[in-house]
Amino acid sequence: MTTVDVDPGAAAARATDAILRDTLAATERGVVVDSPPGAGKSTLVVRAALELADAGRPLMVVAQTNAQVDDLVLRLAEKNPELPVGRLHSSDAEAYDKALDELPQVRTSAKAADLAGLPVVLSTAAKWAHVKVDEPWRHAIVDEAYQMRSDSLLAVAGLFERALFVGDPGQLDPFAIVGSEQWAGLSYDPSVSAVTTLLAHNPGLPQHRLPVSWRLPASAAPLVSDAFYPYTPFRSGTGPGDRRLAFAVPSDGSGPDRVIDEAAATGWGLLELPARHTPRTDPEAVRAVAAVVRRLLDRGGAAVSERSPDPAPLTAARIAVGTAHRDQAAAVRSALADLGVFEVTVDTANRLQGREYDITVVLHPLSGRPDATAFHLETGRLCVLASRHRHACIVVCREGVSDLLDDYPSTEPVQLGTLVKFPDGWEANHAVLAHLAEHRVRWRP
Amino acid sequence: MSLIDTLARLEAVGSGRAQPLATVRHRHLSARPLVFVPLTTAGEAGAPLGALVGTDRDAPRLLVVPQPRDRDLRFTFLAELADVILPYIDSYATEVEAAERTETDPETGKRVKVETELCADAPQLIVPSRAGLAFVRLLGRSMRFRRTAEQDPEAPYPAPPRVPLLGRWLTHYGERSRVPGSALLLALTDVLSRHWASGQSGLEDQHLGALLAWLDPPAGSSGAEAARAAELDRDPAGQLRCPPAGPATDPAFDNKLLAPAIERYDRARTALAAAEDPLEADDRLAALTRAEREIRELIESQARPTWDAVWRGLDLLRALPEGGRAEERWVRDRWSFTGHRDRVLAGEPPQPRRDDAVTAANKLATREREQARLEAQEALDDPLVMAGRRLAGEAFAGEVIEVVMAYSEGRRPSPRPLVTVRTDDRPRPAERAKVYRSLGGRPQSAEFVEQAAEDVVVLRILDKMGRGKEPEPGSVPEKGDRVCFTLFEHEQRGGAKLPEPEETPWTHGGPPDEAVAEAADPITEEDVL
Repeated sequence: MTTVDVDPGAAAARATDAILRDTLAATERGVVVDSPPGAGKSTLVVRAALELADAGRPLMVVAQTNAQVDDLVLRLAEKNPELPVGRLHSSDAEAYDKALDELPQVRTSAKAADLAGLPVVLSTAAKWAHVKVDEPWRHAIVDEAYQMRSDSLLAVAGLFERALFVGDPGQLDPFAIVGSEQWAGLSYDPSVSAVTTLLAHNPGLPQHRLPVSWRLPASAAPLVSDAFYPYTPFRSGTGPGDRRLAFAVPSDGSGPDRVIDEAAATGWGLLELPARHTPRTDPEAVRAVAAVVRRLLDRGGAAVSERSPDPAPLTAARIAVGTAHRDQAAAVRSALADLGVFEVTVDTANRLQGREYDITVVLHPLSGRPDATAFHLETGRLCVLASRHRHACIVVCREGVSDLLDDYPSTEPVQLGTLVKFPDGWEANHAVLAHLAEHRVRWRP
Repeated sequence: MSLIDTLARLEAVGSGRAQPLATVRHRHLSARPLVFVPLTTAGEAGAPLGALVGTDRDAPRLLVVPQPRDRDLRFTFLAELADVILPYIDSYATEVEAAERTETDPETGKRVKVETELCADAPQLIVPSRAGLAFVRLLGRSMRFRRTAEQDPEAPYPAPPRVPLLGRWLTHYGERSRVPGSALLLALTDVLSRHWASGQSGLEDQHLGALLAWLDPPAGSSGAEAARAAELDRDPAGQLRCPPAGPATDPAFDNKLLAPAIERYDRARTALAAAEDPLEADDRLAALTRAEREIRELIESQARPTWDAVWRGLDLLRALPEGGRAEERWVRDRWSFTGHRDRVLAGEPPQPRRDDAVTAANKLATREREQARLEAQEALDDPLVMAGRRLAGEAFAGEVIEVVMAYSEGRRPSPRPLVTVRTDDRPRPAERAKVYRSLGGRPQSAEFVEQAAEDVVVLRILDKMGRGKEPEPGSVPEKGDRVCFTLFEHEQRGGAKLPEPEETPWTHGGPPDEAVAEAADPITEEDVL
C-alpha cells in the first residue's frame, strides 16, 4: 500500500479522476464505484453528471427515493445554475420538493416527453420503469445502486446504453416482502442488489472505490472499515485532533452524562443497561436514549471541525437517533416529546441511509432480545447505524449481547451459487461490540 | 410475530386450548377438494413410498410402491396417481363462463377488452403440511421432463404419457401456492395456524396431529397434554400412535416394520423369478402377493390417521364463514387454473427448469403485490385481524365527534371536510400522511391533519364525495358515526411493465438463447437403481 502516507485529499482526487476517465471514455458499458460511508458519493455523482452534460451526452439519472432525486437536483443547480435540468416525477400530489419550483433552469413534469431534449433528466427507479423511449439515453448514472433491487434495474436498463453505478456495498441490502429462495443462486435473482446481477453478467466492468471517508472522524473510520469493509479498507479524511466536541455544562455524574463525556473524548460511548429480555420497545432503553439526547442538548455542546474553526453549537438538527424497527423509533419519539425534544431526527436504519449528523444515539438492534435473527444480525443495519456521525456515536444497549451472539451463531441455510457476503453479521457485531466495550458506561436507571 | 398473535399464544398456553386469530375463514375451500397425503422413502429424495388420495373422505385411494427403488414400480405408482388426479382436474376444465380480459393489442399497443372464458370453478388440492407442498413441487419437477416412449423409443424406462402431464399440473399448483392468498394448493397446517393460535411454537404447529390436539383436545385433557401425546405416545411395540403427517415417516416405523417387509417382498420377488415350474411359480406368486399386501397395510396404517386428521381440520375450517374478499382471490385462482389449462391444450412445452430473468422478476412482483393485498383484505374482512393492526398502530377506530365543512382552494372548490375522531387506539401517522377507510367496499382516502389531543385526531376527507360542490349523501361521516381508518392502502397499484424476455437488457445477461424446447431429463447412472 503506497497510498497510506499520501494526503487523503490527493488520494480521493486521484480515485475520482480515474472514475471520470473511465466514465467519459465509455469503452465499457458500465463503471461500478463502491463508496464507503461519507466518501463523497453525491459529490461524485454531481461532478460526473456535469462532465457528461458538458460532453454533450444526454444523461438520465436514476436514484431510489424522491428525496434523493430532489437532493441531487438541488446540488446540480447549485454547482451549475446555467444547466437545464429535468425532474421527472410521479403524478401524486407533492411528488417532489417545492424548492425546485423556484429554480428557473429546472423543468418538472410527470411525462417524460415534456422533458425530452434536456441535457440531464433525473427521477426515481420506480418512475423510470414506466417510461418508454424509442431512442435510449446515451448515458445513465444509477445512484445508490447497492440499495436497488435487481428487478428494478431490469425494468429500467433498456432506457440507457451505458451507465455509471454508484453505491455503498456496506449498507442495507434490498429486501423482498415475500420469500425468494426459489431463485437463490441464479445470476439474475430478482431480489438481490442491482450491482450483484450486473457484475455476475458483466464481470469485466471496471470497478473503482472511493478511498476516503470525509464524514467519519479518525476515531470511527478504522473500526467501520475493519468491521464492515475488511477487504476494501478506507480511511478518514481528517486526523485525530481535527474534530473536537466540548460541553459547557459539566457532567452531573449520571450515566447519560458519563457516556456523553466518554463519547466526546473518544468518539464512541456504550451506555450499558442491566441484562434483561425485553419487548422490542424496551421502555427503560427507550427512556435512556431520550435522556442521553436531552442531556446532549442541555449541556451546550460545541463542535470544532475542519469545516469551521470556530466552535459550532450542537443543535437538535445535528443529532439523530437510530433504531432497528419503526415501533422503536415511534417509542423514542414519544419519549423525547415527553422531555420536550421535538426537532431531533429519529428513524430506522433504512431511512437513515445516506444521512449525516454530528452525533448519533443508537439503540442497539440486539438489545434485550432473546434471539438473534437474520434481520437483527444484518451487517448493513449495524453499519448504517454506526456510520452516520461526524463526531461521536453513543450506543444504548442491554448487557449480554455478546452471550446472545455466542448462543446464536448464523444458521441461515447455505444456498448453492449465491455470493457469500463478508463479513457476516455475527462477525461484524462482535467486532463492534469488542470496540464498544472499551467505552462502556454501566448504568442502572 | 405481531403483538396480538403473541398474546393469543399466551392465552392458549394459559387456557390449554387454541385461541382464534380470525373470525372468518380467509381462504376459499372447495366443496369437493382433493386431499393428497403422500409418503416418501427415507434417504431417497423423490422416491414416493405411497399415498392416500381422493375426494371422498370415507374412500381414499391407497397407492403403494412396494419397492420404492424400483423404477417400474415407481412409474406404476405415478401413472396411478395421474389416473386419480388428472380426471379430477379435467372435471373442472370443461365448465366455463364468459369473461373479459384486458390485453395489449399487438398492432395498436392499446389495452383492449377481449372476450374469453373462465373456468366456473377450479380443482383444489389439500396436503397435510408445508413439507407436503415441497413434495408436490418435487414430484412436479421429477415428472414433467420424463421421457415417454413417444419422445424417445430407444430409452429404457419410458414413462406413461400421463406422467409428464401430471408433472406439469403439480408444478403449476406448486408455483401457485407460493402466491400469498392463493388457495389452489393448500397446506392444512398453514391454513389452520392462520386461523387459530396454539400454545406451541410455529415449528411445532407443522405437526398436524399436535396442532389439531390444541384445536380440539379430547375431553378432559388440555391442548398441551394432547399435543405432547400426539408427538410422543408410542404403543408397546414402540410405534407412534399418531404417525407424522409426512411425507417423511417415523424412523422406528422404517426400521422395525417397513424395512423387514420390503426385504420379504424382495425375497419373494427373487424367488418368483427363479421359479422353475408353473406350480412352484403359483405358490411363489401367492407369497409375493402376500408380501405386497403386508406393505400396503403398513403404508395405510401410517397414512390413514393423517388422512382422517386432514378431513377433521377441514371440518373445523368449514365451521367458519368465508371472508368477504376470499372469493375475489379465488377468482384469481380460477384465472390461474384456466390459463394453465389453455397452455396445456395449446400444446405448449412444460414449464422450464429455471425461470428466466423477466419471468422471475414478474413472479416476485406479483407475489409482493398479492402479499400486500392479502394483508389489507384480511384486515378489512375481519374485525379481529383489524384489531391486531390497530394494536400495532397501523389502523384506528373511533367515534366521529365533529365534522366541519371546508373546501379546497382553486377555481372550482371541492369539498374537503375536516373530521375529528376520538379513538382509544394509538395510531402514529406522520404529518399529512394518508389514511383510508372502506366506503361501500371502495377505499376513501383522508389526510392526517393533527393530533388535537392524546385521543383525538383530525382528518381531512379527500375523495369519493362526488363531483358536486356538496358531498354526496353518505360519503362523509357524521357526528356519532363509528369509523375505522387504516394507515395502509386497501388496493394495490400494478407495477411497471417489464420488458419481454427476448428484450432482456445487457445488465441481466441479454436475451435468453433461442427458445429451444427443453429436452427431457437425460439418463444418469443413478437412474437405474
